[in-house]
Amino acid sequence: MRAALIALFVRDLRLARRRAGESLLVVAFFVLALTLFPLGVGTSPDILARIGTGVIWVLALLAVLLGLERLFQPDLEDGSLEQLLLSPAPLELLVAVRCLVHWLGTGLVLALASPLLAILTHLPNEALWALPLSLLIGTPSLTLIGAIGAALLAGSGKGSVLAALLVLPLEIPVLIFGLNAAEALIMGLDARAALLFLGAFFLGSLALAPFAVAAALRLALE
Amino acid sequence: MHTYANPHRLARIFDAIYPWALAGVLALTPIGLWMALIAAPPDYQQGEAVRIMYVHVPSAWMALFTYLVVAGGSAAALIWRHPMAEIVARAAAPIGALFTGLALITGSLWGKPMWGTYWVWDARLTSVLILFFLYLGYMALHEAFDDPDRGARAAAILALVGVVNLPIIKFSVDWWNTLHQPASVFRLDGPTIHPSMLWPLLTMAIVFKLYFICVLVLRVRLELAERRLRAVERG
Repeated sequence: MRAALIALFVRDLRLARRRAGESLLVVAFFVLALTLFPLGVGTSPDILARIGTGVIWVLALLAVLLGLERLFQPDLEDGSLEQLLLSPAPLELLVAVRCLVHWLGTGLVLALASPLLAILTHLPNEALWALPLSLLIGTPSLTLIGAIGAALLAGSGKGSVLAALLVLPLEIPVLIFGLNAAEALIMGLDARAALLFLGAFFLGSLALAPFAVAAALRLALE
Repeated sequence: MHTYANPHRLARIFDAIYPWALAGVLALTPIGLWMALIAAPPDYQQGEAVRIMYVHVPSAWMALFTYLVVAGGSAAALIWRHPMAEIVARAAAPIGALFTGLALITGSLWGKPMWGTYWVWDARLTSVLILFFLYLGYMALHEAFDDPDRGARAAAILALVGVVNLPIIKFSVDWWNTLHQPASVFRLDGPTIHPSMLWPLLTMAIVFKLYFICVLVLRVRLELAERRLRAVERG
């Protein structure tokens, strides 16, 4: 079983490396969408510093949702999803591995890119590590919960808009606690409670989401 | 349990319940409205605006209860492939969305005079708004597939995932400091609401529950008829 999981991990990683451009596109969306805000609300550093944390977190959430269509759709089309289903390893674990690799190409990259956005929005220096930290703990939950929507609509031909609408309400708590954590860290307040909540969301979604995703994938392949 | 997988038997039971539920709605609605709008005393703090509560609270209770029906039906449909549970879940969802919308609207109408604003982003209001979107997502997912069976089962999975929201709604007023007042009826140490307000509230709650049963029966009948029509057209 372990061999199957490692094989999937290596294969997905190799595919992700060949398609590194997709990760760059996610970052490009992240940065480009941010530049709309100074144009929209004005370039005053005060305003940008006040809304910066929230805007960056919301954009990260949207960027994760945008990338979700690639999570299962290509495998469904070329038939490798059926091979996964036939594998002796439980589909739930395979799903978790798939989400992990997908997160490496989206959530992790977004977290690493977030200091740049913090500078662009005149956030205080603490944000340079507070934002990546909160995104590192928060974005895995976004990917796991989002995977449910991606799996439910895999093969429906409805695209990712409906998938995003389905999971967006469920991702709101992650956004709330991620923002609480980031803002408390930036202000130098006690961020432990928010960080613990964020971690709890991650562990909870890691424990539960793969089952929903696997059920939805089995349905898609019937 | 599979005794009720037969559509005819389900239809017979529903036919038997329906007249009683309808009679209950017709008889109790004027009584409940009279108790709530005329007989009940105005609140010493909220004045006459407290009467919105007699619609708001039963709507909110039914919003949660209906989601339990949808999720329970979805679970039975997924686990046992129970066809009638699926029909009941599907038929209940729009009613639940209606109750949730009603709770949100009456709540914000009450909030304007009491809190000075139609909407605050606190935990209770936000989690009920999420519930509303979950209902809409459930209904949209049902329609997203050409194969109605696949849509039904995908929606059932989503309904089960959404169950995590229910405890958050129920306990949001205890876990967070919110503007929304904590529970005053279902408490371990008994209700803290005065009987002169509790009785109209409970009457209205019964009216809402019976109304739910009536509309559910009608929607299930419609769904059964539609399926029969599809089967005839196909065959």
